[in-house]
Amino acid sequence: MTSSVTAPGSTDSTAQGLHRRVLDNGLRVLLVPDTAAPVVGVAVHVDVGFRSEPEGRTGFAHLFEHLMFQGSESLEKLAHFRHVQSSGGVFNGSTHQDYTNYFEVLPSAALERALFLEADRLRAPRLTAENLRNQVDVVKEEIRLNVLNRPYGGFPWILLPPVLYDTYPNAHNGYGDFTDLEQADLDDAAGFFDAYYAPGNAVLTVVGDLDPDDAAALVEKHFGDIPARAVPERPSFGEPPPDRERRDTVTDANAPMPALAVGYRLPDPATDLPGYLAHAVLASLLTDGEAARLTQRLVYGDELVTDVSASCGLMGAPLDARDPDTFTLTAVHPASVEPDRILGAVDEELATLAAQGPDPEELRRVTARWASSLHREHDRLMSRMLALGSAELVQGRAELADELPGMLAAVEPAAVAAAAGSLRPDSRAVLTVTPGGAA
Amino acid sequence: MSAPTRRSAEEIGSTPTGPRPLPDLGPQRAVPAPDEVDTVLGSGLRVIAVRRAEVPMVELRLRVPFADPAGTGTSDHAAVAEVLSTTILSGTRTRSRVGIDDDLAGVGGEIGFSVDPERLAVSGHALAEGLDTLLDVLADLVLAATHPDDELARERDRLVERIELASAQPSVIARRALQERRYGDHPVTREMPRAEEVTAVTADAVRALQDAALRPGGSVLVVVGDVDPGDAVARVEKALAGWTGGRAESLPALPALTARDLLLVDRPGAVQSQLRLSAPAVGRTDPRYPALQLANLSLGGYFSSRLVENLREDKGYTYHASSSLELDAHGAALLVETDVASEVTAPALLETRYELGRLAVVPPTAAEVESARRYLVGSLLISMTTQAGYASTVASLAAHGLSSAWIREHPARVEAVTVDEVAAAAAEFFAPTRFTGVVVADAAASADGLRALGGVEIPS
Repeated sequence: MTSSVTAPGSTDSTAQGLHRRVLDNGLRVLLVPDTAAPVVGVAVHVDVGFRSEPEGRTGFAHLFEHLMFQGSESLEKLAHFRHVQSSGGVFNGSTHQDYTNYFEVLPSAALERALFLEADRLRAPRLTAENLRNQVDVVKEEIRLNVLNRPYGGFPWILLPPVLYDTYPNAHNGYGDFTDLEQADLDDAAGFFDAYYAPGNAVLTVVGDLDPDDAAALVEKHFGDIPARAVPERPSFGEPPPDRERRDTVTDANAPMPALAVGYRLPDPATDLPGYLAHAVLASLLTDGEAARLTQRLVYGDELVTDVSASCGLMGAPLDARDPDTFTLTAVHPASVEPDRILGAVDEELATLAAQGPDPEELRRVTARWASSLHREHDRLMSRMLALGSAELVQGRAELADELPGMLAAVEPAAVAAAAGSLRPDSRAVLTVTPGGAA
Repeated sequence: MSAPTRRSAEEIGSTPTGPRPLPDLGPQRAVPAPDEVDTVLGSGLRVIAVRRAEVPMVELRLRVPFADPAGTGTSDHAAVAEVLSTTILSGTRTRSRVGIDDDLAGVGGEIGFSVDPERLAVSGHALAEGLDTLLDVLADLVLAATHPDDELARERDRLVERIELASAQPSVIARRALQERRYGDHPVTREMPRAEEVTAVTADAVRALQDAALRPGGSVLVVVGDVDPGDAVARVEKALAGWTGGRAESLPALPALTARDLLLVDRPGAVQSQLRLSAPAVGRTDPRYPALQLANLSLGGYFSSRLVENLREDKGYTYHASSSLELDAHGAALLVETDVASEVTAPALLETRYELGRLAVVPPTAAEVESARRYLVGSLLISMTTQAGYASTVASLAAHGLSSAWIREHPARVEAVTVDEVAAAAAEFFAPTRFTGVVVADAAASADGLRALGGVEIPS
């Protein structure tokens, strides 16, 4: 161990300190005791997501995530699942724009076992041609289930980026094209692992019913002898915002009604966190709850849409990606309503908010709801662990996860007005979904 | 640091140390039972309040039996009930729709209503300091919802659109077909009313149903959070003092599930097929229940199961295959489900039947039983660690006449099950000849294969 820093307890009532260490091989470690229940969680966040996968290999980061469950030096195929579950635990993994995570939550008796399982695959995953072919088939079924065989599949997270962005990392489909997936080979997998899965390119988060010193010793025991490897330089995915409104349309054979997605660029949270958070509050003011501005106007007032939803980010949660990131607005509407009527009403509501700002009481209600939803999320150990791990990896500060309710409550009306003013019609992407025959 | 490493897949998969042993499990800390009050008010409403103070929140669940009093599958009850649960938030005698939402938002609160053939379910939460506001809004909705004509007309149209949207989902199509295959026209099949039935619902019918059916007797209210349980019950009693009179309507027992061929339901052009197989089972109070749970887990109740390892990890037919127990107030049913690529519809059915038969005659080994047992006890523990999870668990137990003691005592029951008892349950409940169900698929692509397998009714 080369360093150990203990941060003071935050305002979160369940927080019992957050302990940071860095192993000699570069692995960053977060140890977060939370003795409310006799369970523990272990998560590895790796600094590679689908924005980093090579051209011609769309979907590879996600496919590789599947391969990491297929066995490692000490674990036969399927052993990982069996050991987690036969310890009474649950597990999963997920692939995002800028990171991939692997995690399990178990009764606290299984802490060392969970660390062993994660260390073994970070050290020496068993990458075989047979598992690769099998997981290509499984991923294709996942895509059929979540995209091809359902209404609004991939809407908007796959469909909107190619309209808003120009460059391959930001615009391509992170689930992947079937042809690309089928061409992926074992050497791609080996190269991807060596390039991105170095211990210095990952964050290990351990949360729950644990003693920080005991847990640190177990972490060192299992992860300490993974050799250090070169950490890849993280590229910038930056590109200029659109200089006009861009439009595209897709046909969805399964959709019963038309839909609309609007994408705007968000401030970079690394350099303008207050500006980013003002957009998060704005999204809530627009569409969270019956009294929200766009719900009132579009659903109940003008009766233009059946559902409307705004959010920071493409994956549903704010602060999940680095710059560039997307403010997303989606609506489902009857075929009799022209999309431009909806856009016109959105622009009017944004202009009103930009000129007059929100009512302070309206703002207070929105931030009370945020605080309450974050409390509920953090009551679930798995959610708090993943929020801490991704905040540490993506935003550089795990504490953000616990401080978010307070930061959102501090957003001033003027900042929300400025955020509303920044969502300009001449710098956005509009995607329309048309129901129809064979897509 | 050094230049980037570049190894082959084979080199990556082994180290000089070689494979390492799996660490043993450590000692497990037990969970003390939380403070709880479980009582029945004079109105017949059962109130359960539990102190769980991990976060400064309070969770609320209300379950009102809400079955069709006519007891037939042809009445308009399902549609009226669905509109009621949608429009109940549109206004009361003293609050507008926006007023309701503003009052809840002020205490970080939310409240939602849903209805199924068995009951009306209310789910809410707020910052703990807002419990009185949450209860005040709940009482107002239960006692004084007005279902205003204009709001009702609009909500009804939105509901029709939502139902049309949902009806295009393959999972919804499969669920509807399965319910009808299993239970004919029993009210339990009416999980989602049809759009045309909703269109015909009047405001008067909704108000009449609210007056007649929203009754405290037999209902249960659960409050879990950063509260004193005795004090929380007193607050509930005060807030709901005006809610009196009568018993809510319970769902009659379901018709016995009988074994039949699966029904092929054509979905032209589908790229994926839905397989749904079901058989009768037993519920929580049956002595065979824990053994049945372990047998079910071994088949497809979690990832490390025979179905997932065969259909997904070996064959790559599917992303997801599962087996579960559906519980109702009178009993239970087994449900085996998977969604597979169209071209492997028949092979996937073959493998599913094979695994059912294998479970019945080649029962779970001691290792399989032990793995399922650890998973069941552990996942029970994990599911109870959140206020929301605890509240929902207690509410669903109470809705079936059980108390939180059942869940606290269940780990001991699971620990006591023997391998032989699991084998007996596997043989009794999982034989493929006991099942019925549906296959939703593109008939043009899959009928020949299904016909070759047999046991599938193929409409011409």
